[in-house]
Parts: sequence; structure tokens; C-alpha cells
Amino acid sequence: MEIKVCGPGCASCEKTEKIVVAAVAAKGVEATISKVTDFQEIAQLGIFSTPAVIIDGEVKCVGNVPKQADVEAWLSQ
Amino acid sequence: METAKSCVDDDEYLAGSGRSKKITGKQVGLGLLGLGIWYTVYKQLLPFSYFFSYNLLGLEKGSHMGEAIQFFVYDSPKVMMLLTLIVFVVGMIRSFFTQERTRRFLAGKREAGGNVMAALLGIVTPFCSCSAVPLFIGFVQAAVPLGVTFSFLIAAPMVNEIAVILLYGLLGWKVAAIYLGTGLAIAMIAGWVIGRLKLEHLIEDWVQELRAGEAVVVEEELGWPDRIDRGKEAVRDIVGKVWIYVLAGIGVGALIHGYVPEDFMASVMGKDAWWSVPVAVVVGIPMYSNAAGIVPVVEALLGKGAALGTVLAFMMSVIALSLPEMVILRKVLKPKLIAVFIGVVGSGILFTGFLFNLII
Repeated sequence: MEIKVCGPGCASCEKTEKIVVAAVAAKGVEATISKVTDFQEIAQLGIFSTPAVIIDGEVKCVGNVPKQADVEAWLSQ
Repeated sequence: METAKSCVDDDEYLAGSGRSKKITGKQVGLGLLGLGIWYTVYKQLLPFSYFFSYNLLGLEKGSHMGEAIQFFVYDSPKVMMLLTLIVFVVGMIRSFFTQERTRRFLAGKREAGGNVMAALLGIVTPFCSCSAVPLFIGFVQAAVPLGVTFSFLIAAPMVNEIAVILLYGLLGWKVAAIYLGTGLAIAMIAGWVIGRLKLEHLIEDWVQELRAGEAVVVEEELGWPDRIDRGKEAVRDIVGKVWIYVLAGIGVGALIHGYVPEDFMASVMGKDAWWSVPVAVVVGIPMYSNAAGIVPVVEALLGKGAALGTVLAFMMSVIALSLPEMVILRKVLKPKLIAVFIGVVGSGILFTGFLFNLII
């Protein structure tokens, strides 16, 4: 599973990354988590507000910090 | 620029939640009860501050020490209570607005009307400085006119609930209304002027050439319990961050209140010193503070004979024209456009300063 967390590196973005890491650990799934911080790259993904979470190419949330329960649900899909 | 829009405690998020969409009668009852208690306590703050300073501590009425302590004991809980209530309510209101919805709404809007809508949406749309760049790119991609985009970018940090409520709490509703009104007017007019100047070529080339993907929108379904959660998150996040500035600001205010002579600032920042308005604007640009930190200082200056226009100009310059935001925007704007932005907004602030020094 490939997870991308998009955000320039502000508090919300870092929190989002932490939540994603915790959710992956809790579910025990195999996943590579990467951060996308470049504005150009973020825009090319069609994302215009941050933070955003993309799992295997599918954008799961844009513009707000997700709850861990939600992230875990996305991981189970 | 507003610093805080991040999020809540780790625990809250990490715990997650089973959510229902309906609000229960019990929750409404608790809310009303809370509001009642809030109001009762709020009403007791002034008598308590007198009792505390003059009876309990036995300080002399009218003495420097007495005045300063009474001011601090009254103002700090008052401002914190107002702040908590309003941030909660605004946090709930914001859950109805997202940047995606605002962008879709503004896409293809004409100038003038678009500028007005953008400035108003700037108040209620969740916004933080670090999302300014993606937001800007999104607006350009969605063909929101440049001037309309600027109206939004000016209003979002400058006209915010924290500034308005602190002005109301410390200086009364008139000053708060003047700030709100002129802040919106500057955002609308400055955005309109920038639109008229036809500066689209001063957006960085890569933004223009960018073939961005289709905007991805993930609609959340929020129920009332979620909105209440958003309100609580906003309180924890914003009040948790700014309380220290508020107390420090009121502390400084208290000292000035008690110890600095009444007309101390009149010669430097008074009405007759016309040059003080441009100086206030220029001094304000490199200074960076959130609204919470600056308002108590503003209160102290006003109380000591500084003119309202000068002080408003100073406050707006500190909040609306900030160096860190310019640095962030430089990624998408050429230096010339940033200069125009500072020039146009600065002129609007100057005009506001002179106007209120003239009429009040």
C-alpha cells in the first residue's frame, strides 16, 4: 500500500502524518508513507488545500486533518 | 495573518470516535445551561475585580498599583471568556464552509460583485497561512479572477473573529464595527484595484503553465455532533495557543493603564501628528503578531491619547501586511506583484488611518 501525505509542513500537515503512521501501526498493514511538500507536485495531484491524504492513488481527504478511526477505515477498504 | 488553524490534541484524534449525525435534547439542554453559567459568571467579573483589588488586597482606589491590578483582574478573564465563546461558535460556523466550496462559488465570478463575495467569504472560510499557496493555485486554476483572489487573501487573515471580538471586549462595539467595516472595505477595494491593473502576467510562470490535475473534492458529511466537535477543536487549538499573548498583552496594557500619564502618547501618536499614520504603517509591516497579541497594546495606546486612526492603521498593518506571508506568496507571485500588493493594501490602510483621525 502506498500512502502520500500532502502538505508544506505546517502543524496540521505534521499532525496528519502522525495520525497516518499511528493508523498504519494499529492496523498492522504494510505501507510506505511518503510526504509531498512541493507546492507544484501537490497541485499536479489536483489538491488545492492541505493537508491531504492519498492512498494508492485515491484521494481520501483534502483540507482537513482526518481522525485516526477514519484513516483506519480507509486502510481496511 | 492567523497562525492557528491546525488541529487538536493527539489523544482526541488517535482515539477516533463513533459518530452519530443527530443532536440530542440532552446536548441542547447542556449547551443552554453552559451559556447561562457563562453569562452569570461574565456579569460578576467587574464587581469581583473591584472587590479583589480594593477590599481583598486593600489597595487604594485611584492609586497606580490599584488601577493596574484591577484592570488586569477584570480584563483577563473577560477577554478569555469572550474569546472562548466566540471561537467555539465560529468554529462551528466554519464547518459549513470549505475552501473547495468557496473556490467553486467564486469561479468565474465577475469583478466588483466577486470582490465583495470573496472578502465576505474570507471571514468564514477556514484558512491558514501555509495553505495560502495551494489555495492561490486552486483559485487560478479555477479561473477565479486575480483581483477577486486577492480580496480573499487580504480579508482572510485581517478580518477575523479574534480581532473583532477582542476589539469589542476591550474597546467597545464601535471600534470593533469600524475595524470590521474598514477591513472588509480595504479587502474589496484593494482586490478590485489589483484586478483592474491586469497583472496576470506577474503570477509565476510555473503556476500559469501548470497542468494541474482535476481538483479533487472529498465531501464530508457532517452532523451537528461533528460541528460541535469542530467548535471544541477550534477552542482547544486557538485559545490554547493565544492565551499567553492575550495575558501578556493585557499585562502591558495594565501597566500603561496604571503608570503612564494620560496624554503620554498624544504628542507622538495623536491627531495632530499627521506623519504618525504612515510611520505606523511602515513600522507595522516587519512586525508580525496575531490579532490576540496586538489588541491589548492597541487598547493601551488608545487609552493614553493616541488617535484612533493611527492605532487602527498600525494594527491593520501588523496583521494584514506581514513579512512571513510575503515570503510564502513569493513562491507563486513575482516580486513586482508582491510590491503592488503591499502598495495597494498599504494605501488603503493609510487612507483609513487619515479618515478616522479626521472624523473622530
